[in-house]
Amino acid sequence: MSAADKIEKKTENTPLKIGKYEFTSRLFVGTGKYPSMEIMKDALAASEAEVVTVAVRRVKINETTSLLDYIDTRKYKILPNTAGCYSAEEAIRTARLARETGLSDMIKLEVLGDERTLLPDPVETLKATEILVREGFAVLVYTSDDPIIARRLENAGATSVMPAGAPIGSGQGILNKNNIQIILESVKVPVIVDAGVGTASDVSIAMELGCAGVLLNTGIALAKDPIRMARAMKLACEAGRLAFLSGRIPKRLYAKASSPEKDF
Amino acid sequence: MRIILNGETKECPEGITIERLLDLYKIDKNRVVVELNLHVIPGKELSTRILRESDVLEAVTFVGGG
Repeated sequence: MSAADKIEKKTENTPLKIGKYEFTSRLFVGTGKYPSMEIMKDALAASEAEVVTVAVRRVKINETTSLLDYIDTRKYKILPNTAGCYSAEEAIRTARLARETGLSDMIKLEVLGDERTLLPDPVETLKATEILVREGFAVLVYTSDDPIIARRLENAGATSVMPAGAPIGSGQGILNKNNIQIILESVKVPVIVDAGVGTASDVSIAMELGCAGVLLNTGIALAKDPIRMARAMKLACEAGRLAFLSGRIPKRLYAKASSPEKDF
Repeated sequence: MRIILNGETKECPEGITIERLLDLYKIDKNRVVVELNLHVIPGKELSTRILRESDVLEAVTFVGGG
């Protein structure tokens, strides 16, 4: 075994299990807001994501191209979202339509409270989770970083809870690491930080905390160079995961010399 | 007769199937999921389901999203 192989073996990562699925990559990437479909395709490839999110919308009459022309569904697992839904009823309707495509029984449940904050409505989100779980969906649920609602969502049968690091599209990173940490200690299902990621270090922070994965879109799509940023996010995700598995040193208030004391 | 397709009122022949209506508006049936009066219609039923006056039809597809 070569030195490189040994390192590879030592840092071996376990696959991420989401319901019945297993993924090597822990980075989930959205497909919205890219400068072009070609750039999106290349950015997805650079991110090495295995799960990509999509939205459900009315088809335009006479439209000749489709998003799915640019996404190889043999390579990527499609995770449809219920973005833009403001009630449990609307979200359930959207989820049922998404499942009928036959591409996924996973749903990224998103029930929003208002347009300005795009914060989730916890009551409607919980209601929709209960119903969709009963209907056999694997529900990956977008939520605020509230540990109590995260636990309620897990109890309702969510496959994954996905707290926002910061408001959707805000690029502010992880605003409350403490809450994410409490969520990680409160639930057994995979915790995926969803929303708010602005740059690579935000992904690393989430992964260093012990999150199972990170889902992001705008941070890549609206970067000046989305393809390069996608690569940065991939590396940050892996770096953060390895740092978490390695066990960081405790933080200290005072210095501790790295070299032995001077003895001459 | 008149039906509503994706929020717009459309004229179409009596007795038309969902599949024929999609053809009429150049919507590829393999790329959409159809909801008729709030009920999802399985893909295999598109060629047999006949539309009636005032039916509300939604044809949706996947678009970019996060």
